[in-house]
Amino acid sequence: MLSKRNPQLNKHGELIHLLSIEGLPQAVIHQILDTAGTFLSVNDREVKKVPLLRGKSVFNLFFENSTRTRTTFEIAAKRLSADVINLDIARSSTAKGETLLDTVANLSAMHADMFVVRHSESGAPHLIAQHCAPHVHVVNAGDGRHAHPTQGLLDMYTIRHFKRDFTQLTVAIVGDIVHSRVARSDIHALNILGVPEVRAVGPKTLVPGDLKDMGVRVCHSLEEGIKDADVIIMLRLQNERMSGAMLPSAGEFFKNFGLTPEKLALAKPDAIVMHPGPINRGVEIASEVADGTHSVILPQVTFGIAVRMAVMSILAGNEA
Amino acid sequence: MKILIKNGRLLDPASGRDETADLAIATGRIVQIGTVNDFDADRTIDATGLVVAPGLVDLAARLREPGHEHEGMLETELAAAAAGGVTSLVCPPDTDPALDEPGLVEMLKFRARKLSRCRLFPLGALTKNLHGTALTEMAELSEAGCIGFSQADTPIRDTTVLLRALQYAATYGYTVWLRPLDAWLSGGVAASGSVATRLGLSGVPVMAETVALHTIFELMRATGARVHLCRLSSAAGVELLRAAKREGLPVTADVSINSLHLTDVDIGYFNAAMRVNPPLRQQRDRAALRAALADGTIDALVSDHMPVAPDEKNVPFAEATPGATGLELLLPLALRWGQDAGLSMVRALAVVTSEPVRAMGNALGSLAASAGRLVEGGVADVCVFDPDARWAVAPEQLQSQGKHTPFAFESSGFEMPARVRHTLVAGTVAYSHAD
Repeated sequence: MLSKRNPQLNKHGELIHLLSIEGLPQAVIHQILDTAGTFLSVNDREVKKVPLLRGKSVFNLFFENSTRTRTTFEIAAKRLSADVINLDIARSSTAKGETLLDTVANLSAMHADMFVVRHSESGAPHLIAQHCAPHVHVVNAGDGRHAHPTQGLLDMYTIRHFKRDFTQLTVAIVGDIVHSRVARSDIHALNILGVPEVRAVGPKTLVPGDLKDMGVRVCHSLEEGIKDADVIIMLRLQNERMSGAMLPSAGEFFKNFGLTPEKLALAKPDAIVMHPGPINRGVEIASEVADGTHSVILPQVTFGIAVRMAVMSILAGNEA
Repeated sequence: MKILIKNGRLLDPASGRDETADLAIATGRIVQIGTVNDFDADRTIDATGLVVAPGLVDLAARLREPGHEHEGMLETELAAAAAGGVTSLVCPPDTDPALDEPGLVEMLKFRARKLSRCRLFPLGALTKNLHGTALTEMAELSEAGCIGFSQADTPIRDTTVLLRALQYAATYGYTVWLRPLDAWLSGGVAASGSVATRLGLSGVPVMAETVALHTIFELMRATGARVHLCRLSSAAGVELLRAAKREGLPVTADVSINSLHLTDVDIGYFNAAMRVNPPLRQQRDRAALRAALADGTIDALVSDHMPVAPDEKNVPFAEATPGATGLELLLPLALRWGQDAGLSMVRALAVVTSEPVRAMGNALGSLAASAGRLVEGGVADVCVFDPDARWAVAPEQLQSQGKHTPFAFESSGFEMPARVRHTLVAGTVAYSHAD
C-alpha cells in the first residue's frame, strides 16, 4: 500500500530523500560513507569546491534554531557549488501563522531543489517529502526525538574510520536516550551495520526498559554500560532535563553517569569517545576526557561536512 | 406516510429474531412484522436480498456544533449518520462553548429535530466549561434533554471534584460517562510502546487508563453512581472492567471502531489520519478489546466520529488534531469484526443496536422500549443494508465534512463488507443509497 513503502527510496531502491536511517539498506549506508571518503580530500584542497550541485538551490529550513548544524550543511552545500539560502523560520513565517506546508509550497515556487529541514516535531520532514514537488529532495537535519540521520551517518563514518570493522564492536550510548534523535539514528545505523552489541546507558527515567525493542541492551549503571566498550557515544544532556522529574540535578547525573578518566578505564584501552556536540563539560563528560587522547569529537565535526556533502550529492543524482 | 419494507431478512438482536419478513410502518411506528398482505403503502421498499435491522445507535459522535462549524455541521454530520444507518446518536459535550447550559442543549436538540435525520441525545458537561472545578446544573440539563453527564476527553484533575460529581449524579440516578484517563499521564500523542519509541513520539502509557479506572471504580463503590466508560483502549483496562462487572458495580463500557480494528503499527510513516483518541495500542490490546466486545464485557461499539478539517491534519503528527470520521463506517466495521470473530450477524449487530440502548439505561424514557430494536408498536427506526455489497472507502465520497479516516482504502487496504441502502427515522426515509 502506498503509504507503507519506505518514502525515502524510489522504486529502484535509490535514496531520494534522507528522512531516517531506519529501513536504509546496508549498501546505501556504505555508499554514503564511501562517497564521504572521497570528499574528505576536497576539504583539504586549496580550492575546496567541486561542481556537483552547480546551479542547484539548497534551502536550509530551520524551524528550530541550530547554528551549528545549519552551518555544517551550508558549508557542505557550498563546497558542492550549490546556491544556499538560509531560512530561520523559527523567527519568521510560522510566527506569522503560515502553515508548514504553505511555507514549503512558497519555497518550492522559488525553484528549490533541496530542502534541509530541522523541526521540533517528529515526522515533519516526512510530511514535507510527501507534499513537495517530485524533483525536490528532502534532508532531515533533525526532527523532534525521531531522527538525525546525517549525525548518525557521520558517527558511523567516525567509527569506521577508527575501528574499520563494525561486526566485532561493543558500542555504548550514554545519557538521555529517550529524548534523543541522535541516539535513535545511531541505534538504527549500528544495527543495520551488524554491530553485535549496542548498549543504551542511563537512569530509568532517561533509558526506559522498552528501548530494548529497538535492538539495544539497556544498562542502568555506567560501569556495566561501558565495560569493555570499543566506542562510547556520550549524549548532550539538555538544560530542561537537568532538574525536575527526569533528574534531580546535573551534579548527581555527572557523579553517576558522567564520563571521567576513572570510568573510561573500564572500556577497552583503545576505546574512542564520541559526542554530537555541543558538549556540557562537567555534566555528561569531564574535560580531561573531552580533550584527552581517546576523544574523537573534533574529527567527528570534520567528517560531518564530508558526510553531508555525500548525502546531498547522492540525492541530487537520483530521481523520484 | 405508510411504508412497506417487503421480503427482507429481518434481524433483531434484542429478540434474536432472524427470518424473512415484511415490515409495515405507519405514523412513525412499526405496525406489523411478518407476512403483510393488505397494507395500503404509499411506498414499498423491496428488500429482497437485503437485511432489515434496527437503526444503529452510536454512543459517541461529535457533530462539532456549536463552535467548530468549519470542521462539521449538524446538517452534514446528521446526513453522514443517516448514510451510515445510524438513527440515534449520543454526542459528547466538548463543543465550544461546552454543553453546560440548558439553552445550548435545547438549541442543539431543536436544530437536530428540524433536520429529522437522526435522533440526537446530548451528554451534558459534568463540570462548567469542562474545567473540572464546578458542577453543572445537572437537573436542569437533564430536563433540557441530556441523557447523562460527561467530561468528554478532558479528565478531572481534582479527585475531590470527581467524587462530588459522582455523588451528585447518583442523587438523581444520572449516568456519568467517563473516559478513563489520568490527567497527568495522558500528555502523549501515541500509545507508549515500541512504535512510539521508534518514531520519537511522546507516549500515553496504559497506566493512564488503568490508574483512572482504579480511581473511578473506587469512587463508584463509595457513591453508588452509575458509570459508562467511554472508549476503552487496553488489555489491562479490559481486565479491570471485567473484574468490576463481576463485582457487580453498575458499569457499562464502549470501544471505538478505531481501537477495534487498528494498532499503532498502522501509524506507518507518521500518518496523521491515525492520530486518534484514545491512541491506537498494540496487537494484544486489540485482541483483548475484540474478545471483550464478543463476550459482552464491553457493551457497545462506537464510531467515535470526529470530523477534523484538512488544515488540522496536514501538519506533523503530534500537532494534528486527534480524531477521524466514522459514522458511515460503523455498520460495516461492526459486521467485519463479527465475521472475524466468527459471530452471527445478529450478534454482531447487537453491539450497535440493542446493547448501546441498554447502556443508555433509563435516560431514554419511553424510547428505551423500542429504540435499537424492531418491535410492533415501537418506533420505526430502521436500517436496510446489503450484506454482500463490498466497497472501498474513498474519503471524498463520504457525506461527513470530515474526510480523514484510518480506513481509507488507499492507505489501509480495508474493504467494507456491507452497505446501507435505506435508513428510516421515525418512519420517514432519512437516506436512500443511489447506485
